[in-house]
Amino acid sequence: MTWRFGLFDSTFAPLVTTHWALVAALVLPLLLGLLAALFPPKRAWPVVLASVPILGSGWLLLSAFGEAGLLRWQWEIAGVLLSLRLNGLSVLLLLTTQGIGVAAALYTPGHLRLTDPAPLARWLWPLMGIVISALSLIWLATDLLTLYAALELMGLAAVGMLMLSGKVPALVAGMRYLLLALVGSLTYLLGVALILGHWGRLDLQGLAEVIEPGPVAWFAAAMIGAGLALKAALFPLHAWLTPVHENAWTPVSALHAALVIKASLFMLLQLWSILLPDTFYAPRIIAWLGLLAIVWGGLLAWRTDSLKTLVASSTVAQLGYLMVAFPLLLGPDIAPLPRALAWEGFWLQLIGHAFAKAAMFMAAGNLILATGEHTLKGLAGTSRRLPLSLLVFGIASITLMGLPPSSGFTAKWLLLEAMIITQQWWAVAALLIGTLLTAAYVFRMFRYSFDETAPRHRHQPLMPGMDFIALVLALTAFGLGLLAHFPLGLMHGGGP
Amino acid sequence: MNAAWLPLTALATSVVVAVIIFALPEEFRRLRTTLNIGAAVVKVLLVTLMVRRVAAGHEDIFSFQVIGGLDFVLRVDALGVMFAMLSSLLWLCTTIYAIGYLEGSANRKRFFGFFSLCVASTIGIALADNLFTFLVFYEMLTLSTYPLVVHRGTEQALNAGRVYLRYTLSAGVVLLLGAVLLYSLTGDQSFSSEEGLGDYFNDHRGLLTLIFALLVGGLAVKAAMVPLQGWLPRAMVAPAPVSALLHAVAVVKAGAFGILRVVYDLYGIELSVELGVITGLAVAASITIIYGSLRAIAQQELKPLLAFSTVSQVAYVILGIGIFGPFGTVGALAHLLHQGLMKVTLFFCAGNYAEELGIHRIDEMDGAGKRMPLTSIAFTIGALGMIGLPPVAGFITKWYLGVGAIQAEMYWVVVVLVASSTLNAIYFLPILHRLWFRLGPSHGKGKWPEEQRLGRFETHAWLLLPMVFTALISLGAGLFAGLPFSPLDWAARVANGEYLP
Repeated sequence: MTWRFGLFDSTFAPLVTTHWALVAALVLPLLLGLLAALFPPKRAWPVVLASVPILGSGWLLLSAFGEAGLLRWQWEIAGVLLSLRLNGLSVLLLLTTQGIGVAAALYTPGHLRLTDPAPLARWLWPLMGIVISALSLIWLATDLLTLYAALELMGLAAVGMLMLSGKVPALVAGMRYLLLALVGSLTYLLGVALILGHWGRLDLQGLAEVIEPGPVAWFAAAMIGAGLALKAALFPLHAWLTPVHENAWTPVSALHAALVIKASLFMLLQLWSILLPDTFYAPRIIAWLGLLAIVWGGLLAWRTDSLKTLVASSTVAQLGYLMVAFPLLLGPDIAPLPRALAWEGFWLQLIGHAFAKAAMFMAAGNLILATGEHTLKGLAGTSRRLPLSLLVFGIASITLMGLPPSSGFTAKWLLLEAMIITQQWWAVAALLIGTLLTAAYVFRMFRYSFDETAPRHRHQPLMPGMDFIALVLALTAFGLGLLAHFPLGLMHGGGP
Repeated sequence: MNAAWLPLTALATSVVVAVIIFALPEEFRRLRTTLNIGAAVVKVLLVTLMVRRVAAGHEDIFSFQVIGGLDFVLRVDALGVMFAMLSSLLWLCTTIYAIGYLEGSANRKRFFGFFSLCVASTIGIALADNLFTFLVFYEMLTLSTYPLVVHRGTEQALNAGRVYLRYTLSAGVVLLLGAVLLYSLTGDQSFSSEEGLGDYFNDHRGLLTLIFALLVGGLAVKAAMVPLQGWLPRAMVAPAPVSALLHAVAVVKAGAFGILRVVYDLYGIELSVELGVITGLAVAASITIIYGSLRAIAQQELKPLLAFSTVSQVAYVILGIGIFGPFGTVGALAHLLHQGLMKVTLFFCAGNYAEELGIHRIDEMDGAGKRMPLTSIAFTIGALGMIGLPPVAGFITKWYLGVGAIQAEMYWVVVVLVASSTLNAIYFLPILHRLWFRLGPSHGKGKWPEEQRLGRFETHAWLLLPMVFTALISLGAGLFAGLPFSPLDWAARVANGEYLP
């Protein structure tokens, strides 16, 4: 299992150019964010300019990976060997991060213009940069300490972004998030300390070789798992998520729901595959919780009256799909075929959901901005006035519902096939129920929007491009369904 | 020679048009009309080309790999091209009709955009070569018809939309489960493979039956088989062109066509007979036929009556599948086309009565034949065809079904056919009597509910022409059934491919 995360030695030493690309990918978002704090961009074109080198670095890394397979950089600093690795999965997640990060950044100037800009708004830029840099580092890191540092950095920056709007509910939600995130990090750190104390090393590849099942590994896994589950808003530790998104700015929500919580999940799966490669119960517990998450998140989204709560609760349910796949990825005696299917389905679902959820938050933000209403009822009649925002919402929700030909569908197909082969019928049921629940809350929202009898209100016009950015994200999630061969093919490459 | 571009272009014409329509502002009416009609004509031409190529023995395939073991395949074959021809031809008619029908109303951009997507889905369904591809377009059809059903945005329309989704999305989930089960058992199965699933019969009999039940159960919702027909009469609140398309081609036919694919191309007819599921289908179809007709008799409004008539008529296709033997198959396939032509005509007529005279209820139709002769003649042709009187197309299919039933020694099917024809007559003939022989407002007795003078003719020319055209074709399909490339001839060609090695 650990080879899937690229935790093995590479065949080729990386070229010099890849060092530069790596540095650019990790540092540029941060630097450009600082620059933007000094000279806040009022329009989208400076952001376009700034995103070119970042995307360029991602593309360079992609082509370098295509040529050489797994890349592993190593430096020795003060006697400590520091290394980063780039396998197919990391490339994929890095590109996803950069794509969604750039989209969120492009969306920001228009959004800040239309909302009353708080005095602190300029600090959004560096925080966003930190989040993107830290995320990129998480996908590449190979030791527990780097992972911890990046996680902490990302969490704090995320809290900062969420509180920037300065409104009281945002501050309250942000403070609660901060406390929980700190508790999560602390629990994670305890697990790490346990590992360091017992095995005396922190690099993942080495740990994968020495760790043996036993109380220490289980206890460390439990600590790390609990801490990361809290940060990833996995059911039942999800309650902080909705209030946070309810009050955050749109691009922040998009970035947070699409990527930040996924980073913790990525770490959870990676570390558990080292600590608990053959445990029977732990992944099953996660899966059962996932089943509950699908139902509970779906019900929350179905019953709510607030558009943002709907989108945020749907994240809880969608994470449930990923949790349900855990017993297919971790555990003893999983046949290679279902494991490979589930592995592909898991990441396709994660990436598809990232794009779709970012698009959906932006579409919801646009609808709220334009109508001035936060409730579903306030959307009455929007199908005539704001067709594009609604179309984006619709395309994104096709992915969330997992209807063809979206990436959600292909991912669900893969997961279903794996579950049927391993005869986990309750998981099959969970996925199918999830589809229906998602459809229920999505179409409840559309029902309001198609209402033609509602009174007409004046709508605030949106900035050009705000819908377009969201549309591109939604179409990416949608198109990855039939074009799944490219991202999944990336993950095949570079096996040992 | 493989012309991979052909199925792709046929699909792309309406997808591209949909995208352009969504991108155009609402007020670009003229350009949108040109685009719509242009694309519809191009599509008919492309499908005609496909028909010629299939007749000449070519096989055009477009495919690419989605993930390992899962391919997206479009393939032009005789059965698919039959359905594609029906949908592209009726799309042309319905587009023209819809342009006239929706003149001056709101949200036309949204309407025509989703209308195009809806047709793209039916073409995709027709050309899909494996279950995965079929499923992709089948669900796309569900999603693209929802905005059409709720188009009017009234409370009633929104409720109908909700019921529609409840039925179809649940069915989609069932279908998905069946499809994934099948894939995990057999891998990718092309509809064109000769073997069918016979190899798996001995070891997996129970599982195959279960998958069959899931697949057909999921498809039967769209085909409006009893007891899964509840959404169809409610969806009648949609505008007339939508009802016409939904009933004649798009939704109910997609379900029936899917069942055809599953039985003939996926399982293979021999295996279906061995599993014993065929008789089940025939019984379910018979129940649906009788139930739909009985409910139709009780209706007082025209569109719900036509809706229940659809429930019963589409089941003829399923009944034809259930009758083992070439005649039953020919009847089923031909009825897929015939019913589409006749039903679309009837819905156009109902739309015309409603638009021009404000007629919605049957008892308001007295003497309408004098006021709107062409519409009433078209309605008469459609109604007589539904009853199964010669020389309209409906007669041909009932004849073939009857002969097939006798050959297969399923005499109770003949009883069902006779009973249903009688019931059809019971609900259609009184309407014809009202139209032609009762005195009404045009004879100076009472007045029409809401009369508008929409054009120089009896109504708007855009509403009139498509209706006259489809009525003539319904008549022609019956009169000239013996000619090559008639629906019957093509159905026989498909059936030959199925029964003869």
